[in-house]
Amino acid sequence: MSWNKKHLLDAESLSAEEILTVLDTARAFKAVGERAIKKVPALRGKTVVNLFVEPSTRTRISFELAEQRLSADIINFSAEASSFKKGETLKDTALNLQALNADFIVIRHSASGAPHFLSRVVGARIINAGDGAHEHPTQALLDAFTIRERKGKIEGLKVTILGDILYSRVARSNIWALTRLGASVTLCGPSTLVPKTFEKMGCRVTYNVEEALRDADIIHLLRIQHERQRKTMFPGIGEYTQLFGLNKARLAKTKPDALIMHPGPINRGVEIDSEIADCDRSLILEQVTNGLAVRMAVLFLLNGGKGPQEVA
Amino acid sequence: MNNPRESIVILDAAAIGRALTRIAHEIAERNEHSSGVVLVGIPAGGDVLARRLGEVLSGIWKHSVPVGSLDVSMHRDDLDRRAAPQVYPTVMPFDVNGKTVVLVDDVLFIGRTTRAAMDALNDFGRPRKIQLAVLVDRGHRELPIKADFVGKNVPTAADESIRVQIGEKDEVVLERK
Repeated sequence: MSWNKKHLLDAESLSAEEILTVLDTARAFKAVGERAIKKVPALRGKTVVNLFVEPSTRTRISFELAEQRLSADIINFSAEASSFKKGETLKDTALNLQALNADFIVIRHSASGAPHFLSRVVGARIINAGDGAHEHPTQALLDAFTIRERKGKIEGLKVTILGDILYSRVARSNIWALTRLGASVTLCGPSTLVPKTFEKMGCRVTYNVEEALRDADIIHLLRIQHERQRKTMFPGIGEYTQLFGLNKARLAKTKPDALIMHPGPINRGVEIDSEIADCDRSLILEQVTNGLAVRMAVLFLLNGGKGPQEVA
Repeated sequence: MNNPRESIVILDAAAIGRALTRIAHEIAERNEHSSGVVLVGIPAGGDVLARRLGEVLSGIWKHSVPVGSLDVSMHRDDLDRRAAPQVYPTVMPFDVNGKTVVLVDDVLFIGRTTRAAMDALNDFGRPRKIQLAVLVDRGHRELPIKADFVGKNVPTAADESIRVQIGEKDEVVLERK
């Protein structure tokens, strides 16, 4: 057990031990979610602000439910209905939240580094719920949790991340977390979306989709993020599906126990065949369930004070 | 972990065995209707003891006694004053409604763990009675809590600690810093 961090800003700065602490803690919270009474008083009296400057549905709902199950008081802030529309800066918004004595700020922002900036200007504990194309640490933690739960381990596994890597914070956070836990990560997709520079993060890049999938224990699919692309990075969706989409023919050539993951939202018929998304090798909905447990664990661990002390 | 300057074995394996047997008899004496009694251990430490106690009690009552394990970490009142505690799985293989629940812990100290345990137990229902069995009561209570069954009372100083080891080698050690 080791956790001394005040914020969860990225997966890059987490040690293997810290990641495993989150995963072990999340296991107990997953069991809480299966009880008749799913609420525990761990964050009673604490105020959590969900500052979602960039739209989000599943992550926001997951965090909200996690906070509610920990008995926290919640304030929701969204881009559409907030002072950002009136020209207030992120810093001023944050200082206002600080003046209300918010204990936690969960932030989703389109600018990379926004959570790090926030951690320097306010005293609250900051959780990164996705910053631009930089990181989405709770997604990586829930993916690691899901893999470990189903495969029993992470070390030594071959994980292939297929799709739009360039614009994906999920990919970056997953690469950091999974390589730190001893998995070997392969990236694959159109060369315009999977630059070779990613190899500096300790993974392998290939443009041969058959080869990328052949030995994979985990096939992690990513959505093409049209909203982040400033120009067209490949000829068309139809061509992407043909060259990189996970269809039955491609799945037939993978290991029979290879499992399929996707952070959602999925585009059926684009990066994944509709039937494959619903098959028993797909972990997509388990990822959603586990996300709740992992976010509860993160909030619980960050709520801790300084240093261990003897209790009885 | 700090190296203790001095450590004294206050209970060895045989003494722990005798203490558990005596506690089991006291539980049996206090609770005439054995069918309504369940044991719930508080990890880490109390869950192993609860299983041991369950075996002894089953021998006395000639029927098996249900044993559960209850994680209390999410109900502690000092969560923001210390590093987050390790959370353990909760296993409650029975309905606690209407039962006499005997909470089992290794050491009773300030009493906040027991308070958290009673709170945590509420999430599973309304027991008819809650009783408390501990292997060692070391004093220094901060809450109005008292154990019903005690293996050994050990007066301690605040800077001393009690280490209970149950498993390959059973012993209770008092450590002075």
